[in-house]
Amino acid sequence: MLVSPTALYALLLLAIPLAAVVLISFWTQTGVRDFDTTFTLANYKEALTDPLYRQLMLRSLMVSGLVTLITVLLAFPIAYFVSFGVKPEHKSLWIFLITIPFWTSYLIRVFLWKVILGYNGVLNSGLKVVGLLEEPLSFILYNVNAVILTLAHAYAPFAILPIFVALEKIDRSLLEASRDLGESRTMTFLRVTLPLAAPGVVAAVLIVFIPTIGDYVTPRLVGGPGGLMIANMIQTQFLRLNNAPLGATLAVIAMLIVAVIAVVFLILGNRAAGGKKGGRT
Amino acid sequence: MKTLKVYAIFYLIFLYAPIFLLPLFAFNSSTIIAFPLESFTTEWFTQLLTLSEMHGALLNSLKIAVISALLATTLGIFAAMAVSRYSFPGQKGIMGFIMLPLVLPEIIVAVSLLIVILRIGLDTGAWSVIAGHTLICTPFAIAILQSAFAALDPALEEAAYDLGETPVSTFRLVTLPLVMPGIISALLISFTISMDEFIIAFFLTGADPTLPVYLFSMLRFPKLLPAVMALGTILVVLSILLITIAEYFRRRGAKRTGNDTGGFL
Amino acid sequence: MVDMTADTPLISLQNINKHYGDYHALRNINLDIRQGEFFSLLGPSGCGKTTLLRTIAGFEDYDTGYVTITGRDMRGVPANKRPTNMVFQSYAIFPHLSVIENVAFGLRKARMSKADKTQAAEAALEMVGLKGYGHRAAHALSGGQRQRVALARALVLKPKVLLLDEPLSALDRKMREQMQVELIKLQREVGITFILVTHDQEEALVMSDRIAVMFEGEIAQCDDPEVLYRNPKSKRVADFIGVMNFLPATVREEDGRYIATIAGLGETEISEAQCPGGVPVGAATVGFRPETLTLLYEGQSATHREAPAMIDEVVYYGDMTYYDVRFDGVDHPARISMRNIFGRDVLAVGTQARVNWSPGALVVFEQSA
Repeated sequence: MLVSPTALYALLLLAIPLAAVVLISFWTQTGVRDFDTTFTLANYKEALTDPLYRQLMLRSLMVSGLVTLITVLLAFPIAYFVSFGVKPEHKSLWIFLITIPFWTSYLIRVFLWKVILGYNGVLNSGLKVVGLLEEPLSFILYNVNAVILTLAHAYAPFAILPIFVALEKIDRSLLEASRDLGESRTMTFLRVTLPLAAPGVVAAVLIVFIPTIGDYVTPRLVGGPGGLMIANMIQTQFLRLNNAPLGATLAVIAMLIVAVIAVVFLILGNRAAGGKKGGRT
Repeated sequence: MKTLKVYAIFYLIFLYAPIFLLPLFAFNSSTIIAFPLESFTTEWFTQLLTLSEMHGALLNSLKIAVISALLATTLGIFAAMAVSRYSFPGQKGIMGFIMLPLVLPEIIVAVSLLIVILRIGLDTGAWSVIAGHTLICTPFAIAILQSAFAALDPALEEAAYDLGETPVSTFRLVTLPLVMPGIISALLISFTISMDEFIIAFFLTGADPTLPVYLFSMLRFPKLLPAVMALGTILVVLSILLITIAEYFRRRGAKRTGNDTGGFL
Repeated sequence: MVDMTADTPLISLQNINKHYGDYHALRNINLDIRQGEFFSLLGPSGCGKTTLLRTIAGFEDYDTGYVTITGRDMRGVPANKRPTNMVFQSYAIFPHLSVIENVAFGLRKARMSKADKTQAAEAALEMVGLKGYGHRAAHALSGGQRQRVALARALVLKPKVLLLDEPLSALDRKMREQMQVELIKLQREVGITFILVTHDQEEALVMSDRIAVMFEGEIAQCDDPEVLYRNPKSKRVADFIGVMNFLPATVREEDGRYIATIAGLGETEISEAQCPGGVPVGAATVGFRPETLTLLYEGQSATHREAPAMIDEVVYYGDMTYYDVRFDGVDHPARISMRNIFGRDVLAVGTQARVNWSPGALVVFEQSA
C-alpha cells in the first residue's frame, strides 16, 4: 500500500513516457506538434542504414566502453585501499571526500575540463609558464580523447562506491583462513578477495556504462565535431530538426543496445562471482 | 598499502583539480582563463549582481529545487517505509523500476517526458522540470531513507504502543525523531541534485531558464567566462556546504540508531 | 504473596489457534495464569512461545479462541489499551531519549503533575538499581543497564502483567545469573504477574512458579518446576528439561502389578505414579536422571539395586564428575553425576564398575512418546 504513491509516480512519469518514446518511433512527424500516426519502420530503416547515425552509435559504444574500463581499473585500487588500508573510523571520511565532487554541478565540472584542455587553456598555458612547452598542444581538446578523459573523471565516484561496498562485505576471517591454509597474499587476493568483489565490479561497470552512453554535456562541450555522441544527435533531432520520431528511434536503439550489453554482462559477472552457488549475503 | 596510499592521494588530487581551478580564476583579473594569473579581483562577483536574467534563473531554480526536494522526499518516505517493513509480491520489480532513473541516461528521461507533454498539448515550464527532477531525485531519497528506516528496530514502535501510545502518536514521538536526520539528509541531497541538474531542465524548462540552463547559455560568450567561474565557485561551494550538512545529519541518525554504514549509496 | 483472588485466573487463554499461511503457529492453547505468579513459557526456538506472549500483549492476532485478562475479553483491544507491559528482547530503549525520558514515556497521558511523573520514574529507576542514572543518554548504557531501564519503563505503569521476551538472552553468563535473582526479588516485591519467555530450561527452573513447555505450537506440559523435572509427561519434555538417560524396556501386567524388564538393569516393579503419561504395557522406554545413580566404590554395597557397567568417558567439573557408563547389553551410554568428595579418587575410563540404582527414581514412557 505504502509504496503505491511512489510506484504510481514512476508509472505515470517514467513507464508511460518510455512507452511513448517507443510508440512515437513508429510515427512520422508532419508539423511542429503533428504526427502521422500510421505505423512505419522508416525511422528504424534510416537510423540503421545512414552511416552518420551508425558512426555516432559506434563511437558512443566505444567511448562508453573505454570510459568504463578506465574508471573501473582506476577505481578498484582506491576502493581496495579505503576498505583494507584505512582505519575503520576514517573510512566514511574517505568515501565522503571521494563523493563530494560528484555532488557539484556536472555542467561546471565538464566546462572546467574545456577550460583546462583548451588551446589557450590552463594546461597549455601552465606548461608554457613552467617552460615545458613552447607550442600549445592542440590534440587534447575537441576530440574523442577529451570526451573520454572528462567522462572518466566525472564517473570516478560511481565506480568506487559499489566496489567499496562489495569489499567491505567480505568477512576478514575468510582472508585469514586462506592465509592459514597456505596461500600467499597475492593468491589470497586472486582466489578470495577478487571473486567476492566481483558483484561490486559488475555493479560498477553497469553504473558507469549505462549513463555514459547517453551523455550529452561532455561531447557537446569538449568533443568538437569529431567527438559527438548519440545523445547529441537525439537532442538535435528533437530540438533543432524537429524530427521527434527519428530522435525517439535513436533513443530506443541506444537503450536496446545498452540493455543487451548490460544483461550479457550481468550473466557473465554472475558466473564469475559463482552466482550459482548462492547463499552469500 | 604505502603505494596504494600515494596512488589514492594522487587520485583525490585528480578528482579535485578542476574544482580548485574555479576560485583561482574567479578571483583573477584577466578576462582569459589561462596562466599566468594576474591580480586579485572581486569584479566578476560584482558583475554577477548586474546580470538580472541570472537572478530570474536563480529564483526559478530555487523554486524548482525546493518543490522537487519536498516531493521526492515524500515519495521516498512512502517507498522506504514500505520496503523496510513489508515484503510484497513484485517488490523487487517495482523497486527496481522506481530506482531506474539512477542509471538511466538523463536525456532519455528528458526526451520521454517531452514527448508526452507535447503530445498531451501542454506547454513546458517550471512544473515539467519539477516533475522530471522529482523523478530523478526520488531514488536518491529512497536510498538514504531506506537505511534510516532499516536501522529502526521495529520493537521501538511496538514498545511505544505497549506503553499506551496510538499509532499516530507513536509515529510522532518515536518514528519521526529517529528518521528525521535521514529525512533532512534526503531533502538536502534532492535539493542539490535539482539545483545542479542541466539536461532535463534544458529540454523541459520552457521560457524561464533554470540557473544551469542560463549558465550553459553564458558559455557561448567568452567575455562572460570569468563571471561563469565566479558563479561556478558560488554553486560548488553551496553544493559542498549542503552535502556536508546532509552527511552530518545522516551520520547523526546512524549514530543514534547505532549503525554507520558510511556513504550515501 | 497471598492474594484473595488467587484461585481465579488473571489471564485465561482458551483454545487459541493461529496460522501463518499454512504454518500452524499456535495449536489449541489452553492456559490459566494466576495473579502474582511468575510464569514461564519454555521451549526451543520456533515453538511458538514468543508468538503466544505477543498474543497476550496484543501484537498478534489469532484465528480462534479467547484471551481474557481479569475476566475481560481482549479480542479487538490493541496493545496500547491492554493492562500488560512488555520487556522486549532487544529492550527497545528509545535511542533519542534520556534514561528518565524512556522510563516516563508511558506516563505521558497519565493524569499526574509533571513533578509526580518524574518522581514515579525516579522511584522506578531506584527499584531496578539505577538511581541517579536518569540523565544519561540511552545509547551510553551497557546491556544490563538497558535491561533495567526496560524493566523500570514497564513497571512504572503498574501493569497487571509484565511480559518478558527472552530478557536475559543478550547478557553474559554472570550478569544473567545475577539478573535472575534480581528479577525473582523484584517480582516478589511488586507482586505483579510476570510471564517470561525463555529457551533456557535452567533459567525457567530457577525463576518460575510454573512453567509451560511448548513444542511446535503446542503446550506439552504445564506444571511447577519440581513436578516438571521429576515427572515429565513425555520423553521429549524429559529430554528438554535437564539431562535424562533412556533405556529400552518392556512392561507387563501381573496380578494387578506392573513389571518392567529394563535392558542392562533387569526386572523391577513399577507404580502407576511413575508413568505420568499412563502405564505403557508392552514396549516402553525407561528414563532416569543422572543424580539418581551412584557408582559404588570398593567395599560399598548397594542401597537399592546393583548393575554392572563399564566406564566409557569421564568429565571432570571440579565439584562434580560426570561418568558416561555402558550397561551390559546396551549400546548407548548413560550419564551418572557424582559429587566429588575429598579423599575419593575419580575413577578411570575403562574401569568395570558397579552402579547403584533405585527403582523408585525411574520414569516410564511409551516407547514413541
